[in-house]
Amino acid sequence: MVEFATAMLAIAAAFVLFAVVALYRVYAGPTIHDRVIAVNVAGTNTVIAIALVAAAFEESVFLDVALVYALLNFLLSIAFSKFNVEHGGVL
Amino acid sequence: MTPVEWAIVGLALLGAFFGAVAAIGLIRMPDVYTRAHAASKSDTLGAVLTIAAVAVALQSDLSTVKSVFLLLFMFITNPTAAHAIARAAQDQGIEPWTTENEP
Repeated sequence: MVEFATAMLAIAAAFVLFAVVALYRVYAGPTIHDRVIAVNVAGTNTVIAIALVAAAFEESVFLDVALVYALLNFLLSIAFSKFNVEHGGVL
Repeated sequence: MTPVEWAIVGLALLGAFFGAVAAIGLIRMPDVYTRAHAASKSDTLGAVLTIAAVAVALQSDLSTVKSVFLLLFMFITNPTAAHAIARAAQDQGIEPWTTENEP
C-alpha cells in the first residue's frame, strides 16, 4: 500500500525529471527561441513540482511560491521574445 | 488511501503523462515551431490536470482558491508565452520545417 504523500512526491520527482530532459534542448537547440521554449517548459514543470510538494506536505504556503514562480516564468518568456526582435516598437 | 486520494493520484498521473509527452516532443520534434506546438499544448494540459489534483488534495478553502488561481493563470499564460516566442521566431525569418528538408 502506497502512502498518499509518497505518491505525490514521486509524481513531483517525475516532473523534475521532465524539466531536466527539457534542459537538453536548452543546451542543444539551434536557435535562441528553442532555448527560450525549453526554459519555459522547465519553469512550468518546476511550478507543478512545487504545487505537488505543497499537496504532499499540506503546506499551503508553498502555493504562494508557485504563483510567484509562474509569474516570473511568464515574464521571462515575454521579455525574451519581445526584446530579442524588433517588432517596430518594443511592447 | 481513500477513494478521493486515489482520484487525486489518478489526476496527477494523467498530468504527468502529458508532461512526459511535452518533454518527448521538445526533444524529438524537428524545428522551433513544432517544438513550441508540443511544449505549449501538452505542457499546459499537464499543468492544469496536476494543479487540479493539488486543488482537490488541499482541504482548506484558501489553498483551494489559490490552486484554482494558479490553474487559471497557467491556462492563460502558457499558450500566450509560446505564441509570443513563435511570433518572435517568425519575425526573425526562421523558415518552417517541411518534408523537403528531409535528408
